[in-house]
Amino acid sequence: MIAISRFPARPSFALIFIWVSLLPYPACAAGSEYTLSNGLKVIVKEDHRAPVVVSMVWYKVGSMDEVNGTTGVAHVLEHMMFKGTKMVPSGEFSKIIAQAGGRDNAFTSKDYTAFFQQLHKSKLPLALKLEADRMHNLNFSKDGFAKEIKVVMEERRWRTDDKPQALVYEQLLATTFEAHPYRRPVIGWMNDLENMRADDAAQWYRTWYAPNNATLVVVGDVKPNEVFNLAQRYFGAIKPKVLPIRKPQEEPQQTGIRRVTVKAPAKLPYLMMSYHAAVLRDAERDWEPYALEILAGVLDGNESARLNRSLVRETQIASSTGVNYDSNERGPGLFYLEGVPSEGKTVADLETAIRGELQKIINDGVTNEELNRVKAQVIANEVFARDSVMAQAHQIGGWEMSGLSYKTLDILVDKLKAVNADQVQAVAKRYFNDDNLTIAVLDPQPLDNKKPLKEPEGLRND
Amino acid sequence: MINNFKWCCALLIGVFAGGGHAFAILPIQNWQTSTGARVYFVESHQLPMLDVSIDFAAGSGRDTPAQSGLANLTRHMLSLGADGLSEDEIAEKLADVGAELGGHIDQDRAGVTLRTLSSARERDQALDIMSRMVQKPEFPEKVLDREKTRLVAMLKEAATKPESIAEHVFYSLLYGSHPYALRTSGEVDSLEPLKREDLVQFYRAYYNANNAVVAIIGDVSRETAQEIAEKLTAKLPEAAAPPALPQVTLPLQAQNREIPHPATQSHILLGYPGMKRDDPDYFALYVGNYILGGGGFSSRFVEQVRQKRGLAYSVYSYFMPLKEQGPFQIGLQTKKEQADEALKVVRETLRDFIAKGPTEQELKAAKQNLVGGFPLRIDSNRKILAYLAVIGFYRLSLTYLDDFVPRVEKVTVAQIKSAFQRRVNPDDMVTIIVGASGAS
Repeated sequence: MIAISRFPARPSFALIFIWVSLLPYPACAAGSEYTLSNGLKVIVKEDHRAPVVVSMVWYKVGSMDEVNGTTGVAHVLEHMMFKGTKMVPSGEFSKIIAQAGGRDNAFTSKDYTAFFQQLHKSKLPLALKLEADRMHNLNFSKDGFAKEIKVVMEERRWRTDDKPQALVYEQLLATTFEAHPYRRPVIGWMNDLENMRADDAAQWYRTWYAPNNATLVVVGDVKPNEVFNLAQRYFGAIKPKVLPIRKPQEEPQQTGIRRVTVKAPAKLPYLMMSYHAAVLRDAERDWEPYALEILAGVLDGNESARLNRSLVRETQIASSTGVNYDSNERGPGLFYLEGVPSEGKTVADLETAIRGELQKIINDGVTNEELNRVKAQVIANEVFARDSVMAQAHQIGGWEMSGLSYKTLDILVDKLKAVNADQVQAVAKRYFNDDNLTIAVLDPQPLDNKKPLKEPEGLRND
Repeated sequence: MINNFKWCCALLIGVFAGGGHAFAILPIQNWQTSTGARVYFVESHQLPMLDVSIDFAAGSGRDTPAQSGLANLTRHMLSLGADGLSEDEIAEKLADVGAELGGHIDQDRAGVTLRTLSSARERDQALDIMSRMVQKPEFPEKVLDREKTRLVAMLKEAATKPESIAEHVFYSLLYGSHPYALRTSGEVDSLEPLKREDLVQFYRAYYNANNAVVAIIGDVSRETAQEIAEKLTAKLPEAAAPPALPQVTLPLQAQNREIPHPATQSHILLGYPGMKRDDPDYFALYVGNYILGGGGFSSRFVEQVRQKRGLAYSVYSYFMPLKEQGPFQIGLQTKKEQADEALKVVRETLRDFIAKGPTEQELKAAKQNLVGGFPLRIDSNRKILAYLAVIGFYRLSLTYLDDFVPRVEKVTVAQIKSAFQRRVNPDDMVTIIVGASGAS
């Protein structure tokens, strides 16, 4: 392949190490960091168990930075990042990584867009060279865009339109938030995808893809100084950009319960609930988000945790239940609860039962036994996460993107261990109230009662 | 870098060949317990944790059509009451020490995995629960009734999902009367009559030491690993070794099914009986499939269907190697209006590949990936545990991982072409379209 010859697989390391000692860096258990003069932050965590490395470039731009009419553009641009630069023709990026024995992919969330390669450690320079190239040289064609936007529309059909529970989640968010951009799906509304132009994606790239809006995370069998020097070599010359001012777009206080229903072909109904909840802004001083994490564990941290034990095993109102809360977000937080009612039970029965369980915690709190059980899992999970270089890189990038430091990982376990039962009860009292609640339900429709849809109705953001 | 645990003794003794690839020698220790269970152990003290799995020849290939789902239900019930412990006590005792319990089943194997901290209190409590679950399950009636109801509800829901419908019909057409046709989860009609006694009998017949494989990796000594393996297998029921599964018969003609569904996309599956785990064509088919549809953006299917035409987000092919011939499957989803076009492209791509084989350049690129990427296959304890279980269950060579790179390197274009021509007949394939463009 032509492209591969431009990327020697084994560049000489001798050239790279010359100014090692010039780069001082602070180190902590979570990793080592260095920021290039163009603003690119580099975080390295050593893991010498295997001769591999994962390299991730995280851009602090996601669907929450989009505006109406071009929803989904952050994710579309993620796809377009594989569509060519002057040096690397369209579609070649992944082939070059594959031929270096690597695997690559990318992902977009509401908060960020990230690109990664997993490789033998000797191939790290190749990955960095390619990432640096597409950070400032992306040059896709209109034709390339026209094909890829069709792929993204297929992705939306596959991910959301034909998945009833995904439609419920989409509607839950669109109802929970009125002002904050978290109301919009990461994949984008179908009509916006249908009307998206190549220039929308190009404009997005010009606006947000810059070293001062990115963090390079490398985890694996490497030394921090090697990586800092490689980063300097490949990314050092890329110019920073003036980034747009990010408006807070705070969600107005919700003043009453909200409900939404989704009809879709399915057999079982489904219930999702969301309560607005705090997230971490100051990892040292805040305590509520840690208490909310523990609360989620008490409700759903293991098979005998409250919801499964009470609703699935004992009363058998639900055939499954779940809880989700993430203290680490750029935007506002949500505490989610979900469940599928047992046959013969309704979503109303399940809602009553779930809210009953929440009320028990508000009234009576949680036991020390429950608390210690969740903490034991926190402690163990911190060790288990070290078995995967990918998981470690994910954690580091995730904390950086929310504006909290990856160093939060150093205090996280202690902060969670310090949560007491009173605090768990206090956050339950504070956040589990009706004025803070949104409920979305799936109303299952028979399969043969519906004509094939070109695109589902009721999804547009108008 | 400061770390609160030691990075001593490299688990992977790296051997870096001059050609740019690296492979690791994994020191696998292997022995049998006093009851005859086979044990595969890798000692690794880098992280203060331990992974253990136990597998039995108790997969859904042991089911009959009348009792389809019995194998899965038996495995599922192991953690829901054992040796005097209730399901909640089991869950709590594991959670109290931060342990993670997992279960898995496919056509050949059913088993349990445990991940725990290696410190004595945590390890001993977690392993105590695991060994009681595996050796003294109680299958309580009330729990069984509840779990059957939940499984039936899931099956009814699955019957509305295009991907589940496609998969179900795919296996039943591909395998006909062979037990691989039966889905792991069973059927509404076959689950409802299952009684506690059926599970007890199935357990006694198949959860035996003579077909058990224990895999262990982590922060314990050989001596401790031996104790763990003994404790997990000493009290397993005794029974004769399970009979061999029947051979898979190849289809004599093409079978096509179009199934109406209101989804916006058609879900398309094509397939043919593929390869066995110890298949002589294993590496030719494996490397060939990387080029055809296993290698993501380096594969022909992605190139033709997605990159050139924008017809699908996901398009793939794989061989799932089993004791007998597992499926060769091609899958994609595309909006209904273009289902015929996409299917035509897939068929043409497949026929062209079978007729002409890959190019030398494609084979070279495939080998560069598979050989150069070998270290990624064994870069975590979790991945190594899965290899230990497969090596043990299918009685592969202890040097399977060491041999992987040289065996990939030896594959030729002619071998791939020959293997595909002998093993995949594009005229006799099963084709499923759920949500066909003409149907509604």
